[in-house]
Amino acid sequence: MKPARFDYVAAASAEEALEALAQEGGNARILAGGQSLLPMLNMRLARPTVLIDIMGVDEWRAVDRDGDVLRIGAAVRQVALEQDPDLARFQPLLAAALPWVGHPQTRSRGTVCGSIAHADPSAELPLVLVALGGTVHLRSRRRKRVLSAQNFFTGMMSTAREDDELIEAIALPKARTRTGYAFREVARRHGDFAIVACAAVVNGVRAQLAVGGVADRPALCELPAPGAAGLDEALDDFAWSLEARDDLHATARYRRELVRRLGRTTLEEAVRCRA
Amino acid sequence: MDVTADEPRPWLGRSLPRVEDAALLIGRGRYIDDLGVPPGTLHAAILRSPHGHAEIVSIDPTRARALPGVTAVLVGSDVQAHSASLLVGVKAPIECWPIATDRVRYVGEPVAVVAARDRYVAEDALDLIEVAYRPLPAVIDPRAALAPDAPVLHPGLEGNLASDRVFRYGDPERAFADAAHRVAIEVDYPRSACTPIETYGVVAEYDPGLDAYDVLANFQGPFSIHAVIARALKVPGNRLRLRTPPDSGGSFGVKQGVFPYIVLIALAARATGRPVKWIEDRLEHLAASTCATNRFTRLEAAVAADGRITALTWDQIEDCGAHLRAPEPATLYRMHGNMTGAYDIRNVSIRNRVVLTNKMPTGLNRGFGGPQVYFPLERLMQRIAHELGLDPLDVIRRNLVPRGAFPYRTASGALLDSGDYAAAMESALLQGGVAELIARRDAARRDGRLYGIGYAAVVEPSVSNMGYITTVLTAAERRKAGPKNGAQSTATIALDPVGSVTVHVASVPQGQGHRTVLAQVVADVLGLKPAEVRVVTDVDTAKDGWSIASGNYSSRFAPAVTGAAHLAAMRLRERLAHIAAAQLNVPAVDVVFDGGRVQARRNRDNALSFARVAAASHWAPGTLPSEADTAIRETVFWTPPELTAPNDADEINSSLCHGFIFDICAVEIDRVTAEVRIDRYVSMHDCGRMLHPGMVAGQVNGGFAHALGAALLEEHAYGPDGSLLTGTLADYLIPTAMEVPEPLILHHETPSPLTPLGAKGVGEGNCMSTPVCIANAVADALGVADVSLPLLPARLAQQVHGPEKAPRGKTPVRPAAKEAASERQLFGEGEASVDAPATTIWAMLLDPNALMAVVPGAHAIEKVSDTCFTAEITLGIGPVKGRYRATMELSDLDPPRALTLTGSADGALGFGRGTGQVTLREEAPGRTVIGYRYQAAIGGKVASIGGRLLDGAARVIIGQFFASLARQAGGGGRPAGLWAWLRRLLGFA
Amino acid sequence: MPRLSADCRHMVSFTLNGAPVSGEAEPRMLLSDFLRYVVGATGTHVGCEHGLCGACTVEIDGQPGRACLTLAVQVRGAQIRTVEGLAPAPDRLSVLQECFREHHGLQCGFCTPGILVTLDALLRDNPAASEPEIREALAGHLCRCTGYVSIMRAALAAQQRLGKKTDA
Ligand code: FES
Ligand code: FES
Repeated sequence: MKPARFDYVAAASAEEALEALAQEGGNARILAGGQSLLPMLNMRLARPTVLIDIMGVDEWRAVDRDGDVLRIGAAVRQVALEQDPDLARFQPLLAAALPWVGHPQTRSRGTVCGSIAHADPSAELPLVLVALGGTVHLRSRRRKRVLSAQNFFTGMMSTAREDDELIEAIALPKARTRTGYAFREVARRHGDFAIVACAAVVNGVRAQLAVGGVADRPALCELPAPGAAGLDEALDDFAWSLEARDDLHATARYRRELVRRLGRTTLEEAVRCRA
Repeated sequence: MDVTADEPRPWLGRSLPRVEDAALLIGRGRYIDDLGVPPGTLHAAILRSPHGHAEIVSIDPTRARALPGVTAVLVGSDVQAHSASLLVGVKAPIECWPIATDRVRYVGEPVAVVAARDRYVAEDALDLIEVAYRPLPAVIDPRAALAPDAPVLHPGLEGNLASDRVFRYGDPERAFADAAHRVAIEVDYPRSACTPIETYGVVAEYDPGLDAYDVLANFQGPFSIHAVIARALKVPGNRLRLRTPPDSGGSFGVKQGVFPYIVLIALAARATGRPVKWIEDRLEHLAASTCATNRFTRLEAAVAADGRITALTWDQIEDCGAHLRAPEPATLYRMHGNMTGAYDIRNVSIRNRVVLTNKMPTGLNRGFGGPQVYFPLERLMQRIAHELGLDPLDVIRRNLVPRGAFPYRTASGALLDSGDYAAAMESALLQGGVAELIARRDAARRDGRLYGIGYAAVVEPSVSNMGYITTVLTAAERRKAGPKNGAQSTATIALDPVGSVTVHVASVPQGQGHRTVLAQVVADVLGLKPAEVRVVTDVDTAKDGWSIASGNYSSRFAPAVTGAAHLAAMRLRERLAHIAAAQLNVPAVDVVFDGGRVQARRNRDNALSFARVAAASHWAPGTLPSEADTAIRETVFWTPPELTAPNDADEINSSLCHGFIFDICAVEIDRVTAEVRIDRYVSMHDCGRMLHPGMVAGQVNGGFAHALGAALLEEHAYGPDGSLLTGTLADYLIPTAMEVPEPLILHHETPSPLTPLGAKGVGEGNCMSTPVCIANAVADALGVADVSLPLLPARLAQQVHGPEKAPRGKTPVRPAAKEAASERQLFGEGEASVDAPATTIWAMLLDPNALMAVVPGAHAIEKVSDTCFTAEITLGIGPVKGRYRATMELSDLDPPRALTLTGSADGALGFGRGTGQVTLREEAPGRTVIGYRYQAAIGGKVASIGGRLLDGAARVIIGQFFASLARQAGGGGRPAGLWAWLRRLLGFA
Repeated sequence: MPRLSADCRHMVSFTLNGAPVSGEAEPRMLLSDFLRYVVGATGTHVGCEHGLCGACTVEIDGQPGRACLTLAVQVRGAQIRTVEGLAPAPDRLSVLQECFREHHGLQCGFCTPGILVTLDALLRDNPAASEPEIREALAGHLCRCTGYVSIMRAALAAQQRLGKKTDA
């Protein structure tokens, strides 16, 4: 269980990283912590010809709180956010979800943007990004562009990123007033990929629920607020619309049931947090 | 303080700190991969079957052999040239090779061995070996394997049944005829394994001058396997030197299964003329090390109105996987004397069948055979209570072997050495707070919560009779083969020229603290401190005392090995007493060993230092009272006389000692998530005399965690095509600190009269009692008759959540594409409307270039015939990209209306095969509806290590094919919308 | 821009337990293999090579991480701490190690080095770590021998003892 051969580039600047990426395109992989990539390399599921390590790029190491937006650079490790004492106030949903990402020993190396780029449909961070209506900032030598989270994720481990692009940063909105946030997850064990993960955002006018682990990417749905009529029916429709499947760890039906039940619990918790 | 030599000293029975720990805590352990290897040692990697069942059409290692850094590539024929088939334990015309020869029979079966400069290069070479397989239908269920039309694994066998034996004890027919009730249960017990964190390792050398092999392996015994390995390597036993490293990173039975790899790596050393080292990786371990058997059991009881059981009928179908590897079918016979558990049941009939299926071959695993027996038996106890309207505790009470009946001979021949089961049980109920748990259950149920309590009463056998496995043979076959019985334990104690003491035992611990306990045992006898006694537990078959029973299994250390060490120490002490007696001028019986001194009993000042007496035989043999008193080295072999061979009535005392366990489990099941939360777990043990209570607790806690994993999380799962579904630790789920609660451990000691120190085994019991105890609690919580392991929340959800309503309003969301990913089979159907006449599309389908343009990622197309094309394709999802060789064939042509499209793709990452029926229907002129139904099977590497990923990937790729077919055919029609629609049809929108 | 070719070995230097070490590695060599086979620091173990067992856990620049999910070339210039660096002196155990010994926190000891590295960092960075916090950190490690009971006891005992030390 050893990786196949690859070249290794330690980019010292954004330009170097983008230059290498422009040259290698689809044969290159960005190494940003590597906690999703290394298992695939070790198992030889992925065989890039070159790894571009971006952890030495200073400008991507920043977490900016720019007014109402939290901008997280490509080289920001998950642990850096987790240890930020203000995070829970600034963006409670992210703070609630982070401890569910792998284990402390992987969050210490793994990056936020790396998890987004990997686009695992059961992963927590893509779910949070979708739930909050965040954005993905892509950059290549040619151009920069910004995609909404919804447009970025296109399927199972598939994204709108072009071969010569990398995620330079993601941006999340700051917590809004009188808005409640909640995160819940069911997995076989603590730290495993979610069977169903729910992220809820509720304010005075609307309730939103994002669900991971069921469809091929995080799914977002606007629902009647808890207490309002029609929530059960709407959750039921949402559950069916995700087209859950059976696998080793859970049945489609169990997943739908969790969307209904855990979804409701998560929304209710968000309402409580609002107060 | 008057401590005499005949009184037990204080060391034994105390939880001393372990001598093993100091080195392990600072990273100075000496596990196999930490030891240096000779210069020039090569590193092996093994190419493994991606198929559950396939013929090997050809293997071409040319490119691999040419890779710089590669010394050799061995395939099946190279192995066969210098070895013989591994011995098979039943009389059946089957062979068992450590590598595939003409066909592969399970995912992960070795196909080729590469020896190279380092492991990285060796794995590079694996990628270059080209193997062509012809897949065969697989069989994975033991009952299905018995069907007359089942695929046959070993053609010599004419079926998959390797052994079929019927046993009868007492008069079961009569008991059933007379019984007021019959209660039956059927169980499919799944596969799991104890997965040590250190994997297998082997370093082998071959000496061509002597035709001898020298092997270092983290093998755990039993050393009866030494004979199997030597035979396979075609050398006498004295030409196979087998050594074990000082430390081993856990085994739990599993490292017995390294032995086929010892043969393989030894042969690689012979082929290359260099030492060869192989360290198994985790993927290899999960696919192709070993695991416990899965078993189908039907168990029926004849029951009196008061719940008293008068007879049992067992029908067991044991699934040993693809090969019957030594010592299998031992899993099925280890419990043969204990088929009545902790109960006094005199009439028993048993049918034992052993079948072969396309799964990993089975072997030793903690609990060995116990979980498979106790699950049905203890589930049945609960069912009897339920069906007769009795308290489950009363049913257990009425059937327990009564106090005062010990030693008790069971119907099938085991001798239960000691115990007071009723007292242990009542004490557990009291100390475990069952009354409170019942009140808690009542309260929870009033609140609408799901709370349940389960029990299990279990006899834990230890120290296996080496003859029990011959119960699989008929009495006549046994007479022919000669008797097999006993269980030799060995210990050697040596005194060196400065009088310090070294103990050696062939016990090969993997973390059980043998060195600490043996130091305690010997220090007590010789009046020393444990720290003064050095203990060596690794084995070198060329130099050490050992026998077939040597090794670390069947919980034999505490009852048997310590006993041998105790006897050796006593003998040595007797001689030392003679030596000292002469110098102290007292009779030998009056010599006392205490505090590092050898003293006269009545005048403690009349004394010599222990070291002086102990060194005397080296320095001054002439001064010894007699030659017989030479005290330099003492080796003791001890085998208990109670372990006799099976008799003609097939009665067998399968184990020497029998501990007793009574477990109580209370669970609550979450109404939302259907997760099982253990509220309390109580485990009462009678393991005889406790030699080191701290280690006893460690064994119970460790066994409990294994059992909890088996009950809630773990399963070696296979798809119907034989693909392995749990190839990584992301799918084979081992409990963590978050999942394992702390059990309340209780003890009720009744020392064994049959072991020198009164101890019994304790390490395996919870693997037998806990899975069924948790299952009983869950069944009680849900009020259901059937529960199966592992207790997946998704499975329990059926009961917890109740029936699901159909989706609201119209039809289900995906009317056209009904897809079910049942294991590795994908099905799908759908249709697409295209702006083109049917004839255009038809022409496209028949034109290789046009068709291949439709296949995602295709290049290098070749036309084999008018209806058959091959191509190289590159497919990928996310970072997982691979090259495949694809074939596509058209058949059932009905122009321009219908055809069948059969395709396959093979590559390093896996393979896929699918058939699609395509129909064309012109719904309007120039407008055609393409209808399709497909069925695809995918497997191989990606299937076992990324099943989650694979289904999605396959759907994407099949989707791309039809999307691009429509796009190509429809020209500028509505590609975007159609694409989106197709994607939705295929279920990944 | 420095590009390390797949076909050669490259010099890798870092600080291991306070002392400089260096050796050569292909870009693909895992840190776990580099530590064990190049440097000869075999205290760090390997149990899965896909990040799930925790046996290979080492401290990288102050944070516990998986050596099997890290390339040797990634840690050039880094501060690495392994089980070999936890004891204050060769003949003395650290408080944490001592507690493991007292509470039988290990059996085969194969998982132990990684667990010690995680707990050492946790108790240093968060001396008041609660039982659930300790448990959660431990969840990144698999132990097949102990059932975790004795490990939790040892960790809690160390937390208590270290906490007292800080108070004093
Ligand atoms: S070896 Fe690194 S986590 Fe298992
Ligand atoms: S002590 Fe053996 S794996 Fe933890």
